Amino acid sequence: MSILLDDRSRVLIQGITGKQASFHTERMLEYGTRVVGGVTPGKGGQLHLGLPVFNTVEQAVRAEAPDTSVIFVPPLAAAEAIMEAAAAGIKLIVCITEGIPNIDMLRAKRYLKEHNSWLIGPNTPGLISPGKSKAGIMPASIHRPGQMGIISRSGTLTYEAVYQLSQLGFGQSTAIGMGGDPIVGLKFQELLEMFKDDPETAAVIMIGEIGGTAEEEAADYLKQSNYPKPVAAYVAGITAPPGKRLGHAGAIIEGSQGSAQAKLNLLASAGVRIIDNPARIGQTVRELLSAN
Amino acid sequence: MLIHEYQAKDFLKQLGITIPAGQLAETAGEAKAAAEQLGCPVIIKSQILSGGRGKAGGIRLADSPEKAWLEARNLLGKKLITSQSAGRGLTVRKILVEKALQVQKEIYFSLVIDRKNERIAAIAGRQGGIEIEELARSNPEAIKKEYFYPEAGLLPFQARNLTYFLELPEPAFKTTLDYLKKLTEFFVAKDVKLLEINPLILTAEDRLVAADVKLDFDDSGRTRQPELASLEDWAEVSPEEKKARSYKLNYIKMEGQIGCLVNGAGLAMATMDIIQLFGGQPANFLDIGGGVTEEAVGQAFEILAGDDQVKACLINIFGGIVRCDLVARGIVASARKMSLQKPVVIRLEGTNVAEGKKILEEASLPFYFVNEFEQAARLAVSLSQS
Repeated sequence: MSILLDDRSRVLIQGITGKQASFHTERMLEYGTRVVGGVTPGKGGQLHLGLPVFNTVEQAVRAEAPDTSVIFVPPLAAAEAIMEAAAAGIKLIVCITEGIPNIDMLRAKRYLKEHNSWLIGPNTPGLISPGKSKAGIMPASIHRPGQMGIISRSGTLTYEAVYQLSQLGFGQSTAIGMGGDPIVGLKFQELLEMFKDDPETAAVIMIGEIGGTAEEEAADYLKQSNYPKPVAAYVAGITAPPGKRLGHAGAIIEGSQGSAQAKLNLLASAGVRIIDNPARIGQTVRELLSAN
Repeated sequence: MLIHEYQAKDFLKQLGITIPAGQLAETAGEAKAAAEQLGCPVIIKSQILSGGRGKAGGIRLADSPEKAWLEARNLLGKKLITSQSAGRGLTVRKILVEKALQVQKEIYFSLVIDRKNERIAAIAGRQGGIEIEELARSNPEAIKKEYFYPEAGLLPFQARNLTYFLELPEPAFKTTLDYLKKLTEFFVAKDVKLLEINPLILTAEDRLVAADVKLDFDDSGRTRQPELASLEDWAEVSPEEKKARSYKLNYIKMEGQIGCLVNGAGLAMATMDIIQLFGGQPANFLDIGGGVTEEAVGQAFEILAGDDQVKACLINIFGGIVRCDLVARGIVASARKMSLQKPVVIRLEGTNVAEGKKILEEASLPFYFVNEFEQAARLAVSLSQS
């Protein structure tokens, strides 16, 4: 099994006719993802990459019954694209777009509360359930099917973690980028909860970074839920200067909030195995699993 | 984007919020003239892009125009290191001369994007003039918060909750409600990230005056707020940072000796962290991003290798969207142009890694190839120290 995404997932691409979207849709099709169509307003009725294009998500849902949507639309239209997908009944919305204004994301998140959808991202590489389906832009070749659940706030650092794990023979059940923005959809806590209930996930690896409180909330949750599976965590940004945004809009230490050390301390106190060397993510997981 | 106090106060003034009478000065003479015109005592406030100015000695009181001249002369051109400037000195280029207020009471007010609650937080404090985090520790009962969504705005009862909490006399009560409405609408319309008035002063005459203002805009909102571009202060942005920004590179200068060139923000942070773990210090944060061109890679490399502070470089690329061969070509072109002497440790993985390595190997430049992330970091640290 896996969480959120599997070989039955029917995937829609919002903004499919764009350059990046086209490139990554082809990669998803190559991987075996069941991409059922795309949406670009004004281009409904056309075929793109052999897939039907619709003017609205609602029309796409009626014709092709997608349950998952991957969003590639530009930043100022992306929050609205999230709401359109939710209104049309899409269950899992994956927003790749980087640079959506905070105010727009607050609106989108409120809208999601009134609808029955999950959001991954924005500013995420997406998610992959190796061997089954990929809804995103990560390089597929480094992934292997297996039992490690991965939740990360980063892109390339996740690839690094996956690469190390795959090399040591630890495949992944599902690897999820939760997004590098200040306001994102599902966070560590919700995703940990899903991995808990997935019988094929044996352990979870969290890749956090400076800024916000998602790691702190996860630590609280792990402690209170007496989490039954081993969890390891790396948090990037021990050397990050305060008040500076490090690449991701969400990666910033604000006042006394969001330092890597504070996050690591709380995670450690919740029983999480701390990975202090990013080159030893794979090895630390191997040690953790052999000890359990 | 954080803007200066005097710029933030211009916004408030346009909204109809009272700010102290004041003038901007760039020379001691201008400060003296401002003090004469405003009437003493005046406050001399250094305009730097950081909080904690008072503790750093950047805010002075002057009881005569001559004293204003002297204080301005002492401050202008001076580098201030504040508790929030990460060890870096920020040069005072402008000062705001303001007429001192007759204070009856100092309070606190702010609006901020609350990441945890995923709403906008309106925060009122009964005590102003100290940092809100300090107040939260010393006297948490003196703080009240209300949360709201952008489309609904701060609801009237929420505004009343905050205002009654502040225990203000009658005329100031009405003014506060008016200010809250104006500020919350401004916050949403202009893509603000943080708006803080600290202190908001109730004067002896029962007027409410925004004595100090901090205003930080959401960078992601910049494309639809074009008027903000002219407010950016480029004086504190180094030539390297300017160059990096013009090539859409995320670059932040730091204090160490190892120049880092990495793709992806998380991996870039992890690369800095591992350098420190093995006893070195990173000279910078640099994320070349996903859509980088060969030329931009070359420019990025030039920024690092051209920095006198840098003793060795560490290139760590995990190719995904970014292709290793593109990065390699950019680096080789740039290293040839600058007749590179410094050692460069290179670790490439992912898309087109074989082509990338071949290009670098054939270049006969001082490159060290390492396959493992950890070994690469260890080698860069030892090269930077030899």
